[in-house]
Amino acid sequence: MSVATPEAIKAGTWSIDKVHSHAGFAVKHMVVSTFRGRFEEYDGSLTVGEDGRPQLQGSVVVDSIVVKDENLAGHLKSPDFFDTAQYPEITFRSTNIDAREDGSLEVEGDLTIKGNTHRVTARGTVSGPHEDIAGNDKLGIELEAVVDRREYGLEWNAPLPKGGFALDNDVKLEVSLELVRQA
Amino acid sequence: MSTILGISGSLRRESYNTRLLRGAGTLLPRDAELVVFDRLGEIPPYNEDDEQTPPEAVLALKRAIADADGVLVATPEYNGSIPGALKNALDWVSRPRASTPLQSKPVAVIGASTGLFGAVWAQAEMRKVLATIGAKVVDRELPIAQAEDALGDDGLPSEEDAREALSATLDELIELAARAPAPEQANIAA
Repeated sequence: MSVATPEAIKAGTWSIDKVHSHAGFAVKHMVVSTFRGRFEEYDGSLTVGEDGRPQLQGSVVVDSIVVKDENLAGHLKSPDFFDTAQYPEITFRSTNIDAREDGSLEVEGDLTIKGNTHRVTARGTVSGPHEDIAGNDKLGIELEAVVDRREYGLEWNAPLPKGGFALDNDVKLEVSLELVRQA
Repeated sequence: MSTILGISGSLRRESYNTRLLRGAGTLLPRDAELVVFDRLGEIPPYNEDDEQTPPEAVLALKRAIADADGVLVATPEYNGSIPGALKNALDWVSRPRASTPLQSKPVAVIGASTGLFGAVWAQAEMRKVLATIGAKVVDRELPIAQAEDALGDDGLPSEEDAREALSATLDELIELAARAPAPEQANIAA
């Protein structure tokens, strides 16, 4: 697999191939178990200027949250958590992208959830660009960031009968993006 | 042979809690058997006016508890608490307080839910209610979360830690039952 360098990523707009991408989260609950969810609807792009400066932006339709239990999905959409009626979208816009020779990637940017915006740093990898069988230039990006959900107004919790709390405050955000350069 | 009475707090035909209860029955020692009470749905809302002449389903539950050496309750959780039907049944069983068959009866509580927390709060409240009635309550919980994945068709938790926790709960219940006086002949007024 080739490794991206800032120079190798051509100027232009790289849009998300939603079939091969993923936007989700993981959070510990009941002290030791990990729970995962994802969003079905999201969009985003990487734009690279003629000067080589990249910017990554994306948005998620929060109502498209997918979890196994529909009652839990309803709770997550309620004001206890995302309050999707008032705040239908999560958005992200990068302020700085550092892609290194070894394929590691660090993206700093502003994440807005439930009307609260905070600067976050996501770390991961970038692979490609690679030309697929149809002649499209493709790029793979994997990123993770840990945020304290309380800073975004997602404060619900409950003490467990035998100690500890139902839900951890740290939530790992996980995106896996396949990007296609637009002609 | 000792008898453990199983009570599932769910009325649903394909209930995870009823399945968990039956799975727990397979882990009991050879000299113990699980008898499941399956008439919870027949018990009407508690009414003190009818306390001296309770409905037949209530009498059946009182008799079953009186005849058992211990009770195993499997509860789902509705809105963070005990299902109404289960609490209602225990309200009937608790009265009159002086003659409740739950007095000093060894009881353990387990539970399953499709959510993330395995009915952990319903179990805690169930233990509180049972202790208030006078039962000897095993101080353990068994929250089986995301039961559609975490519970096998045989009613046993698919994760070994949870199976061991279930066994430990049953061991403690059986031990309490062994130390308790033998069940008295049911003297439940018809």
